[in-house]
Amino acid sequence: MMEQSVTYANLDNTIELKRKKKKKKSLRRECLLPLSPLILSLLPLQTLNKPWYRHLANEFARTFGSPFHRIQSSMILKFILGLFWYLLHIVVSLVHIWSYVIQQLRCYIISSGLFAKYRNFSLSRLRYLAVVVDSQEAKHTAKIKQLLSWLSAIGVKHVALYDAEGVLKKSIDFGQTRLRDRSAGTCLDGDVNCVTSRNYEEMSIELLSFTDGKEGIAKAASFLCSDHLKNDSDGCGRTETLFTEANMTKALKAVGYYGPEPDLLLVYGLARCHLGFPPWRLRYTEIMHMGPLKSMKYSAIVKALYDFSKKYQNYGS
Amino acid sequence: MELAFGRRDDHDREKRRPWVMDGCFIRVLSYSPMPRHIAFILDGNRQYAKKWNFTDGEIYQRGFCNLMSILRYCCEMGVEFVTVFAFSIDNFKRKPTEVQLVMDLVKEKMDAIIEDMNTVNDLDVRIKFLGRLTLLDESMRKAAEKLMAMTAKNKRLVVFVCLCYTSTDEIMHGVEGLWEEAKNNKGREKIANGLITAGDLEQKMYFANHPAPDILIRTAGETRLSNFLLWQTAFCLLYTPRCLWPELTFWHLVWAVLLYQRKYAYLEKITKRMCGFGVLLCQEHKKQIYSIYKVTLILLLKGGRSMVVESTCGGIEPKKSI
Repeated sequence: MMEQSVTYANLDNTIELKRKKKKKKSLRRECLLPLSPLILSLLPLQTLNKPWYRHLANEFARTFGSPFHRIQSSMILKFILGLFWYLLHIVVSLVHIWSYVIQQLRCYIISSGLFAKYRNFSLSRLRYLAVVVDSQEAKHTAKIKQLLSWLSAIGVKHVALYDAEGVLKKSIDFGQTRLRDRSAGTCLDGDVNCVTSRNYEEMSIELLSFTDGKEGIAKAASFLCSDHLKNDSDGCGRTETLFTEANMTKALKAVGYYGPEPDLLLVYGLARCHLGFPPWRLRYTEIMHMGPLKSMKYSAIVKALYDFSKKYQNYGS
Repeated sequence: MELAFGRRDDHDREKRRPWVMDGCFIRVLSYSPMPRHIAFILDGNRQYAKKWNFTDGEIYQRGFCNLMSILRYCCEMGVEFVTVFAFSIDNFKRKPTEVQLVMDLVKEKMDAIIEDMNTVNDLDVRIKFLGRLTLLDESMRKAAEKLMAMTAKNKRLVVFVCLCYTSTDEIMHGVEGLWEEAKNNKGREKIANGLITAGDLEQKMYFANHPAPDILIRTAGETRLSNFLLWQTAFCLLYTPRCLWPELTFWHLVWAVLLYQRKYAYLEKITKRMCGFGVLLCQEHKKQIYSIYKVTLILLLKGGRSMVVESTCGGIEPKKSI
């Protein structure tokens, strides 16, 4: 390792020396430019190589060089940079198109039933599934209901549907669906901040929004602190025993923002991010990006669940 | 080039790539907004050790070398904040020998950096250790505090090293902070009336007053967050390359930045929409208009000085370019 660092140090030194030589050559050229041929013819050749002369000529060029020339060259450079940037992104787009084509082929093969492994895999590890949907796409309730019916057909028992702005809570009305609606939720329908749940063909569904995440934890924190303020009037309680994660879980249950941790989270949106899903429930959840909701496919869900069944977690150990 | 143990390594290909290529790519990338904060989960070290027959001690040294390279690339790209998930509270469940190895390595590197503080200050890098540092032994804790104090004034790159950290523990740390305030009669009424907001809780967390990450990179193809930055990554792009941590290269970073730039408009839009829903750690992105004079690269022929950090698996050596 030390020998390598020495070798690379030598390499870098030689590169530096070459760079310095090139700079000297370019400085000499710059020196010659601003001066008229008349002055050049008068001065002896040795003077042109003197350092004071080179410095003077450099300063002259910098002061009296055309500003328009400089601006023009920076605009040209910016144009070239922009061109290369667009070319780079065209390459990225081509790669995405290629991976989209591969994905479509894979979905076609899965839906044709060629591979038995995609038909017979175990869902025993999947106790709870969460689906995050972009709020703009969550307005398409028909797509959401289709997604839920697919999940129900695969055999998923518990689903949490999340969108950041609470559109799902306002728009989804299970009473109007063709499929049977078993029971009503535990909260009032008009209350957006409440976690609502429905039973949907032997599948329980929980609707969540951004306020169930951070704000819910803040309310639980407030509950925890106020509870301890009442009980610990002497101030002699130790914070390590008062504020544990187990106590926080109990506080979340007390304020009504508790829920099980999903094993798998499917993200339907333009970017792979969880859009503020409740942080307390996201610790060891596998997050898979499924693309936009409008182009969702049954076989893509099958593939995601199959990939999840093959995952191994060691939980930090 | 073969390593001392007779194994060919991708790291050597990285060193052989001409510096001109890095500079060109970064300059082209900088035409569009660049991420301000990148977070890393260093996964796949043990798989790499099995693949190349390294011992535990060797692989963590190797992982550290790669971390130095990645920090260098982030610095060249103009990234302002880098967060590294060095050690989780859950990692204490590992074998005691392995835990002790990691702790010894961290202590060794901390001591090396403290000895070579002029270099770190010249590079203008600030190091902050975040996590429940009370779980570390006293010598490590003192070294960490000393390092944080000595680099407190540096601004060019802030490196958050998450030691003994989990996101749920960070939230509890925030709650403890609120409790301490309430005991001193500040905000008691707020607590009593249940008026504590997410913003109040965030102010007491480890990452208070720092921007949320723009990209979170987890290597080894794993798609979970493992209790890391759960609160801060609401609108952060998750990138999970299949390569193992020691195999993460400059090109993976370039790809991550390209993906981020493609999704930048969408992420900005949803972040601004959700700001009204109480997201305090809004990503404070401004549209960065880059000109050639803003990019700090080795490539420029004009004056100025930029530092390149090379790692030699034994410390940090600064190398000056023109």
